[in-house]
Amino acid sequence: MDALDRQIINRYQGDFPIVDRPFLALAKELDISESEVMTRIRFMLDDGLLTRFGPLYNIDKMGGTFSLCAMQVPENKFDDVANKVNQFPEVAHNYERDNRLNMWFVIAAESEAELGETIEHIEQATGLEVLNFPKQREFYVNFRLSV
Amino acid sequence: MSISDSAFERMDTGSAGELATLDRKIVLATQSGLPVHERPFDLIAREVDANPELVKQRFNAMLDDGRIRRIGLVPNHYRLGYVANGMSVWDIDDADAQASGEMVGALDMVSHCYLRPRALPDWPYNLFAMVHGHYHEEVLDKVEQIAHKLGDKVRARDILFSTRILKKTGLRIS
Repeated sequence: MDALDRQIINRYQGDFPIVDRPFLALAKELDISESEVMTRIRFMLDDGLLTRFGPLYNIDKMGGTFSLCAMQVPENKFDDVANKVNQFPEVAHNYERDNRLNMWFVIAAESEAELGETIEHIEQATGLEVLNFPKQREFYVNFRLSV
Repeated sequence: MSISDSAFERMDTGSAGELATLDRKIVLATQSGLPVHERPFDLIAREVDANPELVKQRFNAMLDDGRIRRIGLVPNHYRLGYVANGMSVWDIDDADAQASGEMVGALDMVSHCYLRPRALPDWPYNLFAMVHGHYHEEVLDKVEQIAHKLGDKVRARDILFSTRILKKTGLRIS
């Protein structure tokens, strides 16, 4: 990654131009050729410096329901419970965290009813209480990484 | 995951329905990314069998109404050295929670900021803010800065570091 790559990353985490030749527009801004911009982006994608390129969809607005849930899992049962929880396709992310509530996961469901059922099923499968922390409000964040 | 057609079914029939169908096709065609090609929108237009002008219009419409948060490059934050992240949690009086959330969400290094219900008596925290840094201590420093800014609004607080990723799948629309 050189200075130009950094410039590309810092500049285009958003605001990708919606025009016929967007990479040409980027190239003009950076004063390089269209093919060089594309080659560099392709390389960074292949290399894993970039995880993706494209639209970041707000899945909340696409008709699903999401919630953050947490459980207090006894240490000696942890891996077994993790396996059981992860088997639910509705569980999207699951993290171990250094707290009394040591397992935190996101459930993605088609409806509130399905969310409730999934929580119930997880409680039945694990014998543990699931705390549900649905988001009540999301605050605007303009998060960009700089390199 | 799988999300039903409910978001699209809510749309009216007729031209709004047709647009909803087109939007759905566009989402499916681009949720894993846009092609790195001279004319990416032309390629997508061909894939969804629509006019490129209309496809560009739909991207703008989805940006305007928030279905698309942004379009651009998504860096791998681990590869860029942002390896530490902590979930900071705060107990803020309900009357102050909105203003506090707006303030915290606007700070650098906060990638997500939400108001959530408490689970009393064990869990008094209602404001959640994910804080990123290059290393553990940097995250702790940032959280101290947030605490300083919130001042006496903070009744209690904690920070949870992830010690293991147990599962990570992208949220996908099917």
